Amino acid sequence: MTVLRVEALAKDFMLHLQGGLHMPVLRDVALAIGAGECVALVGPSGAGKSTLMRCIQGNYGVGAGHIMLRHCGEWVDVAAADARLMRAVRRDTLGYVSQFLRVIPRVPSLEIVAEPLLARGVPGDIARVRAKDLLLRLNMPEALHGLPPATFSGGEQQRVNLARGFAPHYPLLLLDEPTASLDAANAEVVIGLITEAKRAGSAILGIFHDAAVRARVADRLFEVHPVRETA
Amino acid sequence: MMHAEGLVLRFGAVAALDDVAMEIHPGEVLAIVGESGSGKTSLLRVLAGLQPVQAGSVVFDGQEVLSLSDAAKRRLMRTEWGFIHQNARDALRLDISAGGNVGERLMAAGARHYGRIREETAHWLRRVEIDPARMDENPRNFSGGMQQRLQIARTLITRPRLVFMDEPTGGLDVSVQAKLLDLIRGLVAELGLAVVLVTHDIAAARLLAHRIMVMRHGRVVEEGLTDRVLDDPRHAYTQLLVSSVLAA
Repeated sequence: MTVLRVEALAKDFMLHLQGGLHMPVLRDVALAIGAGECVALVGPSGAGKSTLMRCIQGNYGVGAGHIMLRHCGEWVDVAAADARLMRAVRRDTLGYVSQFLRVIPRVPSLEIVAEPLLARGVPGDIARVRAKDLLLRLNMPEALHGLPPATFSGGEQQRVNLARGFAPHYPLLLLDEPTASLDAANAEVVIGLITEAKRAGSAILGIFHDAAVRARVADRLFEVHPVRETA
Repeated sequence: MMHAEGLVLRFGAVAALDDVAMEIHPGEVLAIVGESGSGKTSLLRVLAGLQPVQAGSVVFDGQEVLSLSDAAKRRLMRTEWGFIHQNARDALRLDISAGGNVGERLMAAGARHYGRIREETAHWLRRVEIDPARMDENPRNFSGGMQQRLQIARTLITRPRLVFMDEPTGGLDVSVQAKLLDLIRGLVAELGLAVVLVTHDIAAARLLAHRIMVMRHGRVVEEGLTDRVLDDPRHAYTQLLVSSVLAA
């Protein structure tokens, strides 16, 4: 079953502060992913892998094309969805683990991880047990669960971020360098989480810098080509 | 829940609002950002029925706000709506106790049982992290951050559905701002409030708002999902606004 279908996607940046500099980043991208499948984006640095991912997440607007996503049994076009629909899509369908956790002041790590479950109406005790299990699995000692991650190391923050991304089951999960700041043992945990999510039916689209990790989780590679400047 | 269109407000030759439209849905937090003079505070005051306009319409729950009588507007402000001012002292009564400031709103909305009002007041003081033991103190003795939290308790005790906020963290120390923002964030999510938040603080908008509207010279130049507008700004002015923020 197809979960995501990207059609004829184009993305440009217009930098008004740099004298109207026009930067085409994506041209005519077409990509489909099915449930339970993991696709790795590959291509040289600057080719637009992260940009493509952010377009699918709705974080970047697109210039042309469609990003069709199966959301609650219906196809929605992320490229045209309004803010309210995007909130619902992100709550129920579309997960995203960025490279860096955007820290919210004063909120304990456990709550950050439980939050997407609570947003879906999962009872607090169940959500927190799930959050605690994931943090422990990612080798975050219980003493840290009650602390806000602002003072954590990069690797610890990233594990909070990953626990949050894997806490709910998302039909489509986007992973941007999920193991970049992790040691081998924690990278192994993430590989396990990806494998389980796939088995549970999640489609996964990822950027994996580490070729060994990529080889173990990806079913297929998708090459993102740099756009040749024509203007 | 509320939608407005075609709002025009001129002060002499200056257009504070030049054909502005907006909408907000239950449980949604909308930030209106822009620099001083962009029209954002004028828009907030118009939506809250505090400022008449030359043209346009504001509809709340199916009724036209701009043609309501003053009494009907005051009734909305006591029940369905709340308004949080930048300067807490504009909203608080400094001649009565902190608890009186909070409980008074409940009485204005019809509550009469003294014990229950006091109990509810203590509950709301705790919610905004003020020790209920200080209930009988005069808010004049409170710090700026505490006064702001007191104003929030005073506003939320009547359980409004729609809250207007005008620079709620303006003029406070940075550490106090962070605490206040987090408090607001928690309360808004827990109570499912709809909020129209006016701020020039982009970081505050990112933390609190689901959706953002960027205003300049009385017009909306860009609008959409908060992270989309801030991470992929299209309009030259939004790009300038976002690039001017210092990363901490």
